[in-house]
Amino acid sequence: MTRPRAYADPYLAGLFLGLVLLTAFLVAGRGLGISGAFAGSAAGTVSMLSPSRAQGSALFSRYLGGDGLDRAWLLAEVAGVIIGGFLSAFFAGRLRAAVERGPHIGSRRRLVLAFAGGAVMGLGAALARGCTSGLALTGGALLSVGSWVFMGAAFAGAYLMAPVLRRAWR
Amino acid sequence: MSAPLPVFDAGSARVLELAAALAIGVGFGWALERAGLASAPKLVGQFYGTDLTVFKVMFTAILVALLGSFWLARLDVLDLARVSVPDTFLLPQLAGGLLFGIGFVVAGLCPGTSCVAAATGRGDGLVAVAGMFCGVLLTGLLFAPLARFYESTGHAAWTLPEALHLPYGVVVGLVVAAGLAGLCAAEWIEGRA
Repeated sequence: MTRPRAYADPYLAGLFLGLVLLTAFLVAGRGLGISGAFAGSAAGTVSMLSPSRAQGSALFSRYLGGDGLDRAWLLAEVAGVIIGGFLSAFFAGRLRAAVERGPHIGSRRRLVLAFAGGAVMGLGAALARGCTSGLALTGGALLSVGSWVFMGAAFAGAYLMAPVLRRAWR
Repeated sequence: MSAPLPVFDAGSARVLELAAALAIGVGFGWALERAGLASAPKLVGQFYGTDLTVFKVMFTAILVALLGSFWLARLDVLDLARVSVPDTFLLPQLAGGLLFGIGFVVAGLCPGTSCVAAATGRGDGLVAVAGMFCGVLLTGLLFAPLARFYESTGHAAWTLPEALHLPYGVVVGLVVAAGLAGLCAAEWIEGRA
């Protein structure tokens, strides 16, 4: 296998990401969003098994016609994210089956933390109505008050938690 | 003609709309992977002061989209009133943000970057995706006690210019200045590490 290419300059990657976001504003009148696709899929799954249960949840009903949230749009976007990430890694020689972790933690523990962290993010994003993409990036650029509150709180939460997890990462 | 494109308002050309969503996603995923944000150990460097790529990519993107949308609106190319601004719910977003940040550093990835990590073969990314799905599924199923809090302190599409009673352009200038100062600070912090 060839050696992977170096990562792009963060400002260049940021510039490109900003242009993608701007394109979304221009073309679709909306920004990005990832956690919404997860909530929408969860809502859809529950709705298939028990429609009344799904409609009874104030979270899920938003994705089932109640609040006009476009589930198909979000899913198409996430499909794109997966394709784009795959292609980028492919052309940079970075496709690799691995568990990325800190130097002092085993794979199994790392996976347990990844799952637990993912679940807590799922709860947080559901409460906040968005994540890093839909709230922080999109709302940040559109000067939404709630987005800036979310961003500040998310960075604060992460910085407060980081010392506790030092052994897992450093 | 003023953007966002009217064809999407009409509800016609649904296929085109979803194709646009897919293309925008491809660009998003590409940007995250190129920056190295599919690698959790690199990403968490942000919170140990050694690698501030997360902040740099995020704030560069925000400044570009902020300035771009502001100037395109001034030039009558973009109608900002028709771009949907995320709704504000102060306390849920404060609490949700704190939880999200904690989960972020535990998982080492956020929702978008875990999708990209999974797409590039990383098992930790795939497991974080599964965790997120389970988290949101459980939250939705057990939502009743949270429902009141979820709807509290709502302000709909509330923007900083409205909250601060300042013209839009002035707030854009302030955010750009603060963002540039933040990026300089990020370079300084990395330089010390």
